[in-house]
Amino acid sequence: MREVFWLIPFVPAVSTIILAVFGEKLSKKYISFQACGAVFVSFLISVYSFIGLLKLSPEQYPVVKNLFSWIHSGNFQANLSFQFDPLTAVMTMVVSAVGFLIHVYSIGYMAEDRSYSRFFTLMNLFTFSMLLLVMASNIVLMFVGWEGVGFCSYMLIGFWFEKHSAANAGKKAFIVNRIGDAGFLLGMLFIIVNIGSTEFVNINNAVAGGSLSSGLVTLIAILLFVGATGKSAQIPLYVWLPDAMEGPTPVSALIHAATMVTAGVYMVARMNVFYTVSEAAGFIVAIIGAITAVYAGTMALTQNDIKRVLAYSTISQIGYMFIGCGVGAYAAGIFHLYTHAFFKSLLFLAAGSVMHALSGELDMRKMGGLKKYMPYTYPTFLIGAIAIAGVPFLSGFFSKDAILTAAFAKGQYVVWALGILGAVLTAFYMFRLIFLTFHGKERLDPEVKKHIHESPPVMTIPLSILAFFSVIAGYIGLPVVLGKKVNWFNNFLKPLMPPIHETHLSVGTEWLLILISIIVALSGIFIAYWFYLKKPDVPHKWVSRFPFLYKLLYNKYYVDEAYNYVFVRPAIKGSEFVYHKFDLNVIDGAVNGTASGTGFFGKVLSYLQTGFIKDYALVFLLGTIILLGLLIF
Amino acid sequence: MNIPILSIITFLPAAGALLFVFINRKQEKLIRYTALFIGIINFILSLFLYFKFNGQIGDPQFVEKAKWIGYGIQYHVGIDGISLFLVLLTNFLMPIVILSSWNSIQEKVKEYHIFMLLLATGILGVFVSLNLFLFYVFWEAMLIPMYFLIGIWGGKRKIYATLKFVIFTMFGSLLMLVAIFALYSIFYKAAGTYSLNIFDYYELVLNPNIQIWLFLAFGLAFAIKVPMFPFHTWLPDAHVEAPTAGSVILAGVLLKMGTYGFLRFALPLFPDAAKKFIPYLAVLSVIGIIYGALMALIQKDVKSLVAYSSVSHMGLIMLAVFALNLESLEGAVYQMINHGLSTGALFLCVGILYERAHTRLIKDYGGVSRQMPVFAAFFLICMLSSVGLPGLNGFVGEVLCLFGVFQFNKLLAVLGVSTIILGAAYLLWMYQRVMQGPLENKKILNFKDLTKREIGFLVPIILLMFFMGIYPKPFLRKMDASIHNLLNQVHRSETFLVEKKSDLKIPDKVSDVDLNHNLKENKTESEDNE
Repeated sequence: MREVFWLIPFVPAVSTIILAVFGEKLSKKYISFQACGAVFVSFLISVYSFIGLLKLSPEQYPVVKNLFSWIHSGNFQANLSFQFDPLTAVMTMVVSAVGFLIHVYSIGYMAEDRSYSRFFTLMNLFTFSMLLLVMASNIVLMFVGWEGVGFCSYMLIGFWFEKHSAANAGKKAFIVNRIGDAGFLLGMLFIIVNIGSTEFVNINNAVAGGSLSSGLVTLIAILLFVGATGKSAQIPLYVWLPDAMEGPTPVSALIHAATMVTAGVYMVARMNVFYTVSEAAGFIVAIIGAITAVYAGTMALTQNDIKRVLAYSTISQIGYMFIGCGVGAYAAGIFHLYTHAFFKSLLFLAAGSVMHALSGELDMRKMGGLKKYMPYTYPTFLIGAIAIAGVPFLSGFFSKDAILTAAFAKGQYVVWALGILGAVLTAFYMFRLIFLTFHGKERLDPEVKKHIHESPPVMTIPLSILAFFSVIAGYIGLPVVLGKKVNWFNNFLKPLMPPIHETHLSVGTEWLLILISIIVALSGIFIAYWFYLKKPDVPHKWVSRFPFLYKLLYNKYYVDEAYNYVFVRPAIKGSEFVYHKFDLNVIDGAVNGTASGTGFFGKVLSYLQTGFIKDYALVFLLGTIILLGLLIF
Repeated sequence: MNIPILSIITFLPAAGALLFVFINRKQEKLIRYTALFIGIINFILSLFLYFKFNGQIGDPQFVEKAKWIGYGIQYHVGIDGISLFLVLLTNFLMPIVILSSWNSIQEKVKEYHIFMLLLATGILGVFVSLNLFLFYVFWEAMLIPMYFLIGIWGGKRKIYATLKFVIFTMFGSLLMLVAIFALYSIFYKAAGTYSLNIFDYYELVLNPNIQIWLFLAFGLAFAIKVPMFPFHTWLPDAHVEAPTAGSVILAGVLLKMGTYGFLRFALPLFPDAAKKFIPYLAVLSVIGIIYGALMALIQKDVKSLVAYSSVSHMGLIMLAVFALNLESLEGAVYQMINHGLSTGALFLCVGILYERAHTRLIKDYGGVSRQMPVFAAFFLICMLSSVGLPGLNGFVGEVLCLFGVFQFNKLLAVLGVSTIILGAAYLLWMYQRVMQGPLENKKILNFKDLTKREIGFLVPIILLMFFMGIYPKPFLRKMDASIHNLLNQVHRSETFLVEKKSDLKIPDKVSDVDLNHNLKENKTESEDNE
């Protein structure tokens, strides 16, 4: 295998630099060409490297390319080095393929924006950071990508920074992410101090070899997972993601659906040895994922903002990925990451297409009946919704089922049950969205209706491609019940994953589980149909019957308010109090008080204009003499 | 080598200042260009120092000795891998600040540049002196130009601020002077000869009880300079009132005199006392990190905010210094350079805003990015460097500091890590309120984006930030041997112990074998030459 894979992140990096320096002087056409081209080249190299990888035997994983020694001081050594193995291959291809389609879509979506070059600079920078994250061969370099994507997210959420809400959302995302990053950093320090290496290969061997105590492994695993909850928007650090919808829609699709937010899942899969050795940490990952999956699903039920529904849905789906990782089915978790990247970016881009048609309208209460105006957007949106809802034969079904079956097989019945509950919610809120947006009565503003139009091909073609993959992407990972060989995806990732103690479910149980999944998905869709098409007055009745519950959900459990009240306000009020009482009164008071008390201050003041050097020297000399005298006698 | 390059670098600015005495004050342009020229020449000369400096020798290089007053008072200068970078940093920032005051200083241009150049000599002298008396002279002398820079070209409360600055610093340095005299007499009693050479003092085995008093006297002087909590209140006032260039030099280099003092004097001269106090000092440093950050969060004045951020950053540097292992000390020195660059750059950015709006209050701004997109990008990078975003210089220093501290004490490291959250909070919030949001103040509509001159002085800093973030090797390798030496010096009372337990984790033993090997080779070589 020719080691060209290190060029994968390098190409978007060069493009970023060119755009950052010359962007304002370049034509829009050229900018679009270069930005999309760079990502496409990355994709081609990824595919090429992937083919090369297939020719290697699993013992040769990972292929490492060391460029130079980056930070080296004493026991701390981090290189600028990349690695390529099946997990990296999956991630680089997903990131560059979905990234490329979203870049192309953005040409249409951002066409009128006056900061066109800034947008593509940041998108390329993001692609670079994300590729760095998934290709780094050591944890410190991974952290560079980890923080880099967080920074790009900050910049792109706040892309329209003139809006208070956008600037605020960007800042919030960065700070909340940094809380997670602090945990990640501590985990990293524990690893380096105790293992003495930063390279993943060495870390894996050391932990698998049992050179760390089990308590330490659990601690490190939890600290790293804190980082994951920040980046991947899980409880308790999910609060930034719904607000992140202030960014342009392609950004939501790329960063806040397909790639960056799944970085936590990738990290846990990469560090899987920790979560395998420490059962407790694995359980925490699974249960947090399961609770998040249901919790975020309930919040999606009542939102009226089309992008916010999708945001909560993302949080919920990432919860599923963590269930997979937590129960030891890392391949299933990554499989869901891969299918989700297609259908969720499809959903976001389709939502963007709706917004584009409706002059930026986001409120579903002002939509309805759009089916006939949007002959391309509607079917692609529908495919995305079916895929995410878990209807058989589309990609989402296979990956979600793999996760839930694994949870059941591991004996985590609570986690499995939460997963099933989450699945009902998913099917329900997705079809609520479909019915409210595309079906039923038209509730459009007359002004908006005048300008309604289907999006240009540069936007609908990426939609169609993503829809195509949302349908077929699952067929590389068919359920094990159909035969061991059919799950190519599992077999591909197997060499990197811990050997699963296969608790064999009987064929009957497996089919039963699959049947339950199908029933659950269909019933969710049916309830949505009943509520929003058949009997549109039912939701209102429910709202008036359970006003408290509705308000709680509508206001997202008041978590933002609670965080604000418990953490932010006390920090600011407390600091202000201390500043006035302590810095300005006690310390300064003491100093100034002493000085003016002796008259020294005032006297010196009056001398200032008239050759102070003399007096200064005099005081200095006097002091010296006195002190010298004290010393001698 | 016979060229006294260190003396040339140290006194070239002062010579320039002397030259200005003979230039007519009306020739402002000539004065500015000459000052800039001297600054650039001095920077090029110090680059020469960098390339000639041998990173594998820990002892001072470019040493010059000359008779002076006698009784141990000698002219004795030289630099090691620590002071090398402080000299470089000083000379890197000097031309930049001279360029930055091109428009903002219009009154008494001649005097301003005279003081600026004298200040440079004073600072450089502090970093190169190897004789305690010489060091003290520079340490005090540097106060005078700084006093005038704030007192004459400062803001509304300049007199108050400059006096506070001088009184705080003088208080500490007088105690240090007493301690120097005490050391002087102790050495005379012990050795029978006079000396103020710090290497002679390094050999001195002091009674631990005396060490305590001497350490406290030295330590207080340096702690005030850093400034460590709770001696920090002079800093925000001095920064707020100082002209931009003054703030840049103050944050960029003056504060490093405090950390440098700990590294060169307080810790190696009094190792036993230092070890006794380190737990308390480390706690004070952590308090400084968190306290400074929280205070920065609520400041209404941009400059004051950056000043408090300095308190927080210097807290991390001090914590790393007290952790006393190879990684933490290299991180600390690296972070000293980083802080000089990033905080210096932030003050320059604030200065650029101030020149346009004549206000430093955050609430008077908002939406500046729309009007000044190029500036917005530069300001953002400086901020991110300060926040410690990987890829920029701040991260390398921060991660090494935290790693070193982590080896020293895990709890302190956990508390220290809060800096990455709080640092992001106060800076991003400030950036949001100043640069983003709707444009409400009509005055901002008249803002012009950066001029070529402003781009000219920001670009070198930005490039260096990226370089130091991506390729720190040229910096770290030059300081290895000197930090080994320092650690040996500080741990010398334990040498006996170290030899017995070879597995004991003393930093010089655990570092890479190659380096030690080379060191030994070099030493034998140099001995042969002698």
